[in-house]
Amino acid sequence: MDGFGVTVAFWILAAVTLVAGGGVMVSRNLLHAVLFLILSFIGVAGFFVLLSAEFIAMAQVIIYVGAITVLILFAVLLTPRASRDNSETVWALPGMLLAVCLAAIFLFVVHDTQWKTVTDAPLLTTQDLGHALLGTWVLPFEIASVLLTAALVGAIMLTRSAEEEAEDALA
Amino acid sequence: MTTFLATDNWYDLRDLANLSREILEAADKILPFGVVYVLAAVIGFVASFLIFVLPSQLFVGVYGERKLIGRIQSRYGPNRVGPFGLLQPIADAIKLMQKEALTPTRSDRLVMYVAPIFFVAPAVLLFAVIPFGPNMVFADIPVSLMYFLAISSLPVLANFMAGWSANNKYSLFGAIRIVAMTISYETPLVMSLLGAVVISSTLSLQGMVLWADEYKIWLGLVQPLALVIYFICVSAELNRTPTDIAEAESEIVAGYLTEYSGMKWGLFYGMDIGYALAASAFAATVFLGGWTLFGLEKWVPPWIIFIGKTHLFYALFIWTRGTLPRLRSDQLMAFAWKFLLPLALFNLFIVVTERMIWSEEGYDKAYIYLFAIFNILVSGLLVFAWARFNGYRPDDVPTRPRLVKEARGYVPLGENE
Amino acid sequence: MSVGIEHFLTVGALLFCLGLAIALSKRNAIGVLMGVELMLNAVNLTLITFSRFAVSERPITGQAFAVFIITVAAAEAAVALALAVSVYRNRETVDVDQLNLLRS
Repeated sequence: MDGFGVTVAFWILAAVTLVAGGGVMVSRNLLHAVLFLILSFIGVAGFFVLLSAEFIAMAQVIIYVGAITVLILFAVLLTPRASRDNSETVWALPGMLLAVCLAAIFLFVVHDTQWKTVTDAPLLTTQDLGHALLGTWVLPFEIASVLLTAALVGAIMLTRSAEEEAEDALA
Repeated sequence: MTTFLATDNWYDLRDLANLSREILEAADKILPFGVVYVLAAVIGFVASFLIFVLPSQLFVGVYGERKLIGRIQSRYGPNRVGPFGLLQPIADAIKLMQKEALTPTRSDRLVMYVAPIFFVAPAVLLFAVIPFGPNMVFADIPVSLMYFLAISSLPVLANFMAGWSANNKYSLFGAIRIVAMTISYETPLVMSLLGAVVISSTLSLQGMVLWADEYKIWLGLVQPLALVIYFICVSAELNRTPTDIAEAESEIVAGYLTEYSGMKWGLFYGMDIGYALAASAFAATVFLGGWTLFGLEKWVPPWIIFIGKTHLFYALFIWTRGTLPRLRSDQLMAFAWKFLLPLALFNLFIVVTERMIWSEEGYDKAYIYLFAIFNILVSGLLVFAWARFNGYRPDDVPTRPRLVKEARGYVPLGENE
Repeated sequence: MSVGIEHFLTVGALLFCLGLAIALSKRNAIGVLMGVELMLNAVNLTLITFSRFAVSERPITGQAFAVFIITVAAAEAAVALALAVSVYRNRETVDVDQLNLLRS
């Protein structure tokens, strides 16, 4: 991908995404960590636009930024005192070491491989994605919808309190 | 793209894109490479701001709303500053800028400072995909409907930041309420828009306008239930008055805005109107045919038709605000999940069936009018039946003003029976 | 000045490792979940990169897979957060170190 605009956009997005990801790691306050997480999600959505996958970019913003972070905010607010703090466990150092080793391996693989790439971007429209989802991948698509329903019911069942169940038993 | 415009000359006011193209082509000859893209962005922003956002915001959003609500409530409304009180919004703005922007000591200063900025930015981004005319759309991306939904899910986070950072319990109540309400009303809203997408088979806003132009019918007539659900949901998401439990001043001081003052508060207030205008523009594009008006757009500039439709839809917001009382928080939640969501699902089912029939008949134009009549009848029936099924009984119409007690509304303790 | 597949894959790899470090080291269950979400995002980024750059018969498959990952991430977030709230109700904590009922 050539072009001055694409290059500048790539470096800005990379900086935003990775710095925001680091912010999730280092910020002490959990709410600040959630705000950094939102910034990181938006950066990844920008990458999707850069890679000409507009539909996925918009879905990313709607689902991750609009729904998942809101859920996380809810969970933070529903668990008072217990979850304000964002500190590390004793496993922090081994975990980070493992992550650094994994990053080294990944970077070695990425930069050592001779990638066979196309020069021009393939023309992918949203219609193609729809045909792929409801044609080739229709079975995983249906399974995913069943999974979503199961998650919905499971989440409701998990968070019901004893009082609510007593109320429903009376009604 | 239809090429119905008579000329491509720059002085043809029916399409301002000609003028901007002339300017950009002239600028491209003298400016270095790349600057012209920045210039295009600046021209688009300034033009849409001057033509649409500023006059609408000041004279429809602030002045018109206050005046109309005043008349609804048997008052005069603003009538002191300037002729007919027309300069009242400007006086308000000057007053707000003079005020001191206080920040509480124990607040989270950075988040509190960033929240209004994070609230303003999406409002500007929303107008990028709204088609003002056949060529007057700033970013004609193929998924502009999803873009609009994605961007309009961002301000709720700014509201949450504002409410949480103030370190005030009423602010936090407001923030939790707005987050809960937005995430509830997002579901029926997207479901209702899905009906419009299914019938017009495009995700592009310009494509929807062209669809309405081709079939000579508004999507709002083919999808009346979707239009109603969209209106209710969007007025809940925008925090407009019948549903503004997030800043209900009689319950929780001013909700998430409790600790804001001066121009920071002004940004929230002004951009609330900006979001309402954007939602009206979106509704005018999707449901009311956008810049087309059954052939009239050949004579009148399309952008004037579009702005007129937007203001017409905005007047509905003002009307409901002046007429309906505020709902309780649990009532609103129950309404979203028990009433709007099933109706939106029914609507989706009906529209998908119609689409199947339509595709088997080879997309005959006559069928769309049949579907419109059928849908209008069925939506009325569905709303009535579902309300009855849920146990809502419409109160008999009062012939004269009744006391609260007569209407069985408020019964103090000890006065039963 | 051009951006190639290596650049995007590098960002994806770094984001994945950042998410892994967060998921392994945070004390808070919600913090762990945030790390997992970052990892899923990095995987999505890698998939979309391959769908854009790789020589393939059907490049759309990468995007279709990304849609499934987003769906699964949404389901996972809902259940995980419900678990966190439920655990908090019973134990008054969401600290993953103190949730050791099975250790006796």
